[in-house]
Amino acid sequence: MKLIDFTAIYTIWLREMKRFFRARSRLIGSLAMPLFFLVFLGMGFNAAFKFSDMPPGIDYIAFLAPGIIGMVLLFNSITSGMSVIWDRQFGFLKEIMVTPVSRVSIALGKTLGGMTTALLQGFLILLIAVGIGFKITGVLGLLSSVICMILIATSFVCLGLIFASIINDMQGFHLIVSLFTFPIFILSSALFPLEQLPLWLKYLTYINPLTYGVDGLRYSLIGMAHFSLTLDLFVLVCFCAFMICLSTYFFRSVEVN
Amino acid sequence: MEYAIEIEELSKKFGDFTAVSNINLNIEKGEIFGLLGPNGAGKTTIIKTLATLLQPTSGFAEVWHHNILKEQDAVRRSIGIVFQDPSVDTELTGRENLDFHARMYGLNREERERRINEVFDLVELNDRAKVFVKFYSGGMQRRLEIARGLMHYPKVLFLDEPTLGLDAQTRRRVWAYVKRLNKEEKVTVVLTTHYMEEADYLCDRVAIIDHGKIIALDKPNNLKNAIGEDIISLRVSDGGNFSDMLSKFEFIKEMKLHDDFLFLSVENGEKMIPRIMHLAHEDGVFVHSVSLRKPTLEDVFLHFTGRTIREQEASAKEQNRMKAKASMRMGGKR
Ligand SMILES: Nc1ncnc2c1ncn2[C@@H]1O[C@H](COP(=O)(O)OP(=O)(O)OP(=O)(O)O)[C@@H](O)[C@H]1O
Ligand SMILES: [Mg+2]
Repeated sequence: MKLIDFTAIYTIWLREMKRFFRARSRLIGSLAMPLFFLVFLGMGFNAAFKFSDMPPGIDYIAFLAPGIIGMVLLFNSITSGMSVIWDRQFGFLKEIMVTPVSRVSIALGKTLGGMTTALLQGFLILLIAVGIGFKITGVLGLLSSVICMILIATSFVCLGLIFASIINDMQGFHLIVSLFTFPIFILSSALFPLEQLPLWLKYLTYINPLTYGVDGLRYSLIGMAHFSLTLDLFVLVCFCAFMICLSTYFFRSVEVN
Repeated sequence: MEYAIEIEELSKKFGDFTAVSNINLNIEKGEIFGLLGPNGAGKTTIIKTLATLLQPTSGFAEVWHHNILKEQDAVRRSIGIVFQDPSVDTELTGRENLDFHARMYGLNREERERRINEVFDLVELNDRAKVFVKFYSGGMQRRLEIARGLMHYPKVLFLDEPTLGLDAQTRRRVWAYVKRLNKEEKVTVVLTTHYMEEADYLCDRVAIIDHGKIIALDKPNNLKNAIGEDIISLRVSDGGNFSDMLSKFEFIKEMKLHDDFLFLSVENGEKMIPRIMHLAHEDGVFVHSVSLRKPTLEDVFLHFTGRTIREQEASAKEQNRMKAKASMRMGGKR
């Protein structure tokens, strides 16, 4: 058995794509909340506050947009683990598991599929943000933002996959996912700058990988960063590699009934 | 003799519970072999273990000369499997389901195209190939699953309750496919079932399983002979006289009289009824009603275990499968 079977990975990815594009209503549903955040939170705080550390020319909406992209990536990545739960529920997981394809390849196919769908949704939010007046610094920035998006999405798809490997039912999965996603989201710099935070809160955000993701996105898109892009990418790459290993490890122990 | 499957002292425990207990069994190449038994007997567990989806607790087995513990990859390539519960992606079309399967087994484009058409032909679903599986009927889904199991030219095909929940007509069609693929594709078939008539019609040999053990293993005919004859029950006007009269005849192996009910054990019951009617007429006995009962799995089971399979079980399970399907349709609509 080949450990990495590219045909199989592609096959699994292809199926995820078909399912994704056929469930358009789900896509619209998943974009509603972040748009709400972006528009109303953005406008509301834009008028109410001026964050003192904001560089000139950057308003709160511009600050918020990369954070919301990070949020979309986070939520959609983690919940993509659902596909494993669905497959188990509807018996298709057995069909996948009985094929002569290594568990590692199956996990990688699922990861790639989840990553692509999360990425597409992140991109859609970016497009909408640009549509309502969000300005991007340049092509190079766009490119590095895509890299950040891929790394964020892949890492959290893996987290979702780990949850799906150890939890069998949907309710349990949803519970664990929301237990994790909200702190990760709130304790990243998605909604507010890190500069003025109390020290203990700052440290909490520093151990949160999404902080580096959002920071990298923000630097790429509007040229504003708390850390440096190098540090952001370094942390993201390490976290991503670690999560891929961990998720393939967990996925190997998946039992099918 | 070349065996398709060799099972030695195979056991499977779930915690303290022994689902399969020291099974020894050889299945011949080209055979249609049946595993017959009540709910929870361990049929599915045996099949899943052979298909490498479950690890045996002890013992071992070879499928197409490959060790199920050490050569999982080779075993998986040699087998096709139709699971007891639905296992198709209802959000894909029938063709896409087969295409997914073929790609996972590494068939190239040309092989895929040809084979998909072949197996669709076999199960007569060509005209439904491009329809989403959520719009298939239960029988069509089952046929799709059988087609899928055949995609990659397996040597051994496992069918776990292939006709559960199907109407009589579809059941007959599935039987015909199984016979045909066994003959045309030279596939060894291992199937599980509740239905004696299914085992009887399809299987070359049958193992009766109870509590994880094989309690009988033979050709269906021999099993039936072991149970004995058909039972004719008659309600007659003058049971006492008539039974005295019938006791002279050799063809009646056994006779019981309860009030005006007369129970006769005979061979080939359907042929004997006219003769008995004729005798009754000659004797001036009026027959109110007559019924014939063929030995069923129930009787086979009763014979070998001394207890009956609860009648509700098969139908309860059919409902479960239907329920699973219904919830799947609903889930698919999300
Ligand atoms: N994953 C599991 N964990 C615990 N017990 C299990 C598991 N799978 C099966 N069992 C138990 O093992 C026994 C055999 O189950 P199995 O599914 O093999 O029966 P079966 O003969 O296929 O029955 P049916 O006719 O209902 O399909 C049952 O008592 C079942 O409860
Ligand atoms: Mg079963």
